[in-house]
Amino acid sequence: MNGAHDIGGMQGFGPINPEPEASEPLFHADWERPVFALTLACGMLGKWNIDMSRHARERQAPADYLRNSYYETWLAGLQTLLIEANLATREELESGHVSSPALDIQAPGPQRARDILAKGGPTIMDLPMTPRFQIGDGVRVINAHPTGHTRMPRYVRGRVGTIDHFNGVHVFADASALGHREGQPQYSVRFSARELWGGDAPATDGVYLDLWEPYLEPA
Amino acid sequence: MAVGSDQTQDFPMPHDGPNDGHDHTEPPKDIALRVKALESLLVEKGLVDPAALDEIIDTYETKVGPQRGAKVVARAWSDPEFKARLLADATTAIVDMGYEGRQGEHMRVVENTADTHNLVVCTLCSCYPWTVLGLPPVWYKSAPYRSRAVIDPRGVLAEFGTSLSDDVNVRVWDSTSEMRYLVLPQRPAGTDGWPVEDLEKLVSRNSMIGVERARSVNQSESE
Repeated sequence: MNGAHDIGGMQGFGPINPEPEASEPLFHADWERPVFALTLACGMLGKWNIDMSRHARERQAPADYLRNSYYETWLAGLQTLLIEANLATREELESGHVSSPALDIQAPGPQRARDILAKGGPTIMDLPMTPRFQIGDGVRVINAHPTGHTRMPRYVRGRVGTIDHFNGVHVFADASALGHREGQPQYSVRFSARELWGGDAPATDGVYLDLWEPYLEPA
Repeated sequence: MAVGSDQTQDFPMPHDGPNDGHDHTEPPKDIALRVKALESLLVEKGLVDPAALDEIIDTYETKVGPQRGAKVVARAWSDPEFKARLLADATTAIVDMGYEGRQGEHMRVVENTADTHNLVVCTLCSCYPWTVLGLPPVWYKSAPYRSRAVIDPRGVLAEFGTSLSDDVNVRVWDSTSEMRYLVLPQRPAGTDGWPVEDLEKLVSRNSMIGVERARSVNQSESE
């Protein structure tokens, strides 16, 4: 979706003002810790995947997305996911009191949580798919505006790049956000800065994106 | 049709409280209470185990962090065979060092050289190589960095005090899939023969994102 999260190339957000590396805390308020941990722990219940999780955050109203701090957005996304997965009701989130029947769910304990974090969730799929493009091929990103989740940023749509690397067949994010584990060939595609931003950009600079085959057409 | 893509959210959200024009780092006062209530609710419903929550937080507060990436980089500076493996198949080389897990399942290492400088961003969200760098800093997740890194990387670098000559190619890596990127910064001058443990101290987190260079010998001595 053309949401407020798709901000590559936007202007006007002001300076970055990074905190000094040596003095930046991991969390900036005590409430951020449980938001982080609850999000990961609820994710371990297996009711949604990382693409659904990203899409839940992206679906905030644009003004909310841009105004919220990072962990406020995580909190908003978690609430959406809990409701949509029928793990909690809107009334329960509003009241803070359990009012729906008990669920037959076993929450992972600390050892299981540690194992899940240590194992991760690889997205590469061992499928006999022949990639359509070869390294060095010119490709154009399709002009499409899917209303669901996509990892095809607006700033590359319609732009021409070059296949720089084949990443293998990976779980396709757009389908994954709908709950389908579908593999698609994925490439690292180089776009020259001038192709993206015009003739004033430095001639030698480039931007690389990891793009699935359905996003691309021959150029 | 995406699940719930047209849903409106009318239950209490973080910003439904009084808005006094605060900036992003100053949320409404009641958010701490709301999070506490949510945690209690989820524990009571049996959806989360408080001990697992503690384990998750402890993992990223004390175990997984940029000290791991620094070990990878210092080893690459010291061991040409390892460096070659790292650049060819970063995932395996890093897993072989014991760094495996969430948000590091598929790694690529990109090397800074005299004529190429690499910079990592995630314009769509906050993708970041957790297994070697831990959780991302606030600025990495912020709209100013995410929006500008792709259109004005040299301006972004300048804001971090990093200037590049015009003949250096800038490569920006926008993490749009589950591929995660670690920058291999250039080894600082004057470190020939240094043991790996000393080299690690020169490897800042920011140098592995690509917004800065590794610390110089002088910077290291003045700290």
